[in-house]
Amino acid sequence: METFWFIAIAIVLAVFFVLDGYDFGAGIIHLFLAKTESDKEVIAKSAGLFWDSNEVWLVAAGGMLFMAFPTFYASVFSGFYLPLIIVLWLIIFRAIGLEFRGQFNFQMWKDIWDKSFGVSSLLLALFFGIALGNIVRGVNLGGVENGVSIYEGHYFFLPLWDSSFSPLSETPGIIDWFTIIIGLISVVTLAIHGANWIILKTNSSINDNLKNVIFKLNIALAALTLFSLVVWKTVNPNSLDNFAHKPYLLIFPIIYLTGLVGLFFIKKLKKDIHGFALSTLLILGGITSSLASLFPVILPSVNSINEPLTIYNTASSEYGLSVALTWGILGFILIFIYMIVQKRLMAGKIDKMDYGH
Amino acid sequence: MEDMIFYDRLQFAFTITFHYIFPQLTMGLSLLIVYFKWKYLRNKIEKYNDAAKFFMKIFAINFTMGVVTGIPMEFQFGTNWAKFSELTGGIIGQTLAMEGMFSFFLESSFLALFIFGEKLMGQKLHLLTGFLVFLGSWASGWFILATNAWMQHPVGYEILDNGKFVLENFSALFGNPWLLPAFLHNQLASVVTSSFVVASIGAFYVLREKQIEHGKLFLKTGVIFGLVSSVLVAFPTGDWNAKNVAQYQPAAFAAMEGIFETENAGAEIVLIGQPNMVEKKLDNKIAVPNILSFLTYQEWHKQIPGMDKFKKEDLPDNIPALYYSYHIMVGLGTVFMGIMALAVFFLWRKKLYKAKGLLWTIMFLVPFPYIANLTGWYVAELGRQPYLVYGLLRTVDGISPTVSSGNTLFTLLGFVALYMLLGLLFLILVGKTINQGPKPQTH
Repeated sequence: METFWFIAIAIVLAVFFVLDGYDFGAGIIHLFLAKTESDKEVIAKSAGLFWDSNEVWLVAAGGMLFMAFPTFYASVFSGFYLPLIIVLWLIIFRAIGLEFRGQFNFQMWKDIWDKSFGVSSLLLALFFGIALGNIVRGVNLGGVENGVSIYEGHYFFLPLWDSSFSPLSETPGIIDWFTIIIGLISVVTLAIHGANWIILKTNSSINDNLKNVIFKLNIALAALTLFSLVVWKTVNPNSLDNFAHKPYLLIFPIIYLTGLVGLFFIKKLKKDIHGFALSTLLILGGITSSLASLFPVILPSVNSINEPLTIYNTASSEYGLSVALTWGILGFILIFIYMIVQKRLMAGKIDKMDYGH
Repeated sequence: MEDMIFYDRLQFAFTITFHYIFPQLTMGLSLLIVYFKWKYLRNKIEKYNDAAKFFMKIFAINFTMGVVTGIPMEFQFGTNWAKFSELTGGIIGQTLAMEGMFSFFLESSFLALFIFGEKLMGQKLHLLTGFLVFLGSWASGWFILATNAWMQHPVGYEILDNGKFVLENFSALFGNPWLLPAFLHNQLASVVTSSFVVASIGAFYVLREKQIEHGKLFLKTGVIFGLVSSVLVAFPTGDWNAKNVAQYQPAAFAAMEGIFETENAGAEIVLIGQPNMVEKKLDNKIAVPNILSFLTYQEWHKQIPGMDKFKKEDLPDNIPALYYSYHIMVGLGTVFMGIMALAVFFLWRKKLYKAKGLLWTIMFLVPFPYIANLTGWYVAELGRQPYLVYGLLRTVDGISPTVSSGNTLFTLLGFVALYMLLGLLFLILVGKTINQGPKPQTH
């Protein structure tokens, strides 16, 4: 039952990153590449029309995590207190940037909200990557000092960074050189995804150029991925054991690789949707590989005193989980119906549609 | 520890107060939008369709604000109230996760279709999407109040040796005797807010002599919905809730009503008075004997326990705030009934659109239903103190053990600054929408 909920939450999180990922990515592209007013407008619109129905997946993932693994929820949310609150503020800034840019027709107003949308998208992509980096690296669970645990079992509090800036320190901070690499991978991946989304949904004048951009970003991504794999083993020595013991889990890295390799052929792709599908594979593969490498651990411990958090020692009662399974299945069926209805009605390039308020 | 709990509570109170400005409007407004759209399908008079679309714009702005201020609420359970989340997540996680799955998806998927899809779908399907948005927003209220009802009156649980609450009976969460009255009271109160907003915008148009036809429609609909809902908020749902508090949270009931000492015979109802916490009595009191006993138990001489019957550590920790919140809510509710009854009387006599004084009153009354709803929420939450889960888990035992008060103060200041900006932008945007009106005039 715990495994089922772990998989269900992993799917919801992955869907969140695929969906909201493209509007984060659109924000990053918007920040660096959109020069003319018409490009700025159409790119902002390609994110603005969809962000709130995408963000619902984050709320759902949060709710499910709270229900199924309350100890994990409590521990991680209070442990990563400051970065999470900053993430919240960024989410709010991004949303108001998107909602308000078109409300008044003078340049300074638009410029402010364009920057707000772009910068917060970039920082959010970075922070989500850093968060993933923290989870695969592990934290000082229990807040051990001088060999004694200062909080019961699973509570901790991470500073933003430690003076050594190293993931190998006994008390690593949230930002160190390893988590920054994962953060950069996240930024590059989502930028690629966002660029594919813009190509798919708009007739923006930068669309032709975007294929070159994706190609270059993909080279950077390949290099970063290779480098991160080399250091990952140093940071968390058990990181690849799961794949050695259960070879079928290799499907997830293969999904990631398919996306990565496929995107080198971006300029030859016949349809716009193919590019988007490849970057979707990239995100799905990346998230599932990270989680599969940890399973059944969900937060490794970097000290030897405290047990890591696993899906077993953080889960709700068996009865609660099985009741939730019953309504959860119904919920998922409904959600898929809504999604199909909505996507069918809102398919196609957005600039040809009459979406004016 | 003292200031840790203080800042955690202050932050939650601040963020939920700001958040609750938005859903209380969207829940009620979705009902009025469905009404306008349904009327249009029946009578094919264009202005009803304009009204539905106009209020959908206002709805959309409020919905966005509700989403962005709602995500922090979910986060705070983990960030600031980690112990509480760990101990009770297995139970209230159920209702919160259901809110996300069943109502939030429904509302946000069909909101986009309602806003953009009229031409694509045709009128009947358009009404249906509007109805689904309404269903989603009311379901959201249902699950949130189910969560709150469990904290007010815990049911269907079992406590393990390690202090964790685990679910024993899922259906009890929704059969909770606290839930249905609280839900109906809350939803009707949100209809009050939205009716006042609709009537207020109508009064504005009529007084400004622009968009008059739409203005009259808004006024008429607003005051009729406003009268019906403000009566229903008081009787039977408000009454029903008060009886629940008297039964399940007698200490909170005594504090709400300002009963410091138990009287031997029936309890009086306090109309006006100021709690004096030093001398443990009400100053400047105006009260009517025996009415409270009658209202609560339908017996004139039934004894109601006062605050002297409870241990100090079981009494709500801010009695004056609870007492005033309750009296402000009830007092405003009474005023609303009076003004709306007068407006409906004028409407019936066909004098409403010319009654300038009344129209000005209706126009400027709009903040007060918000105040009444917020104070109503405070009554529920302050009354539950000093517990997070009534009688079982004290508030002080629910905060995050690792987060220092400095961190919470810093993030509180950040929220204050950010929400001030949000509030300003919100007012600008709503003001602009109202100024343009349902049919922007081109002359």
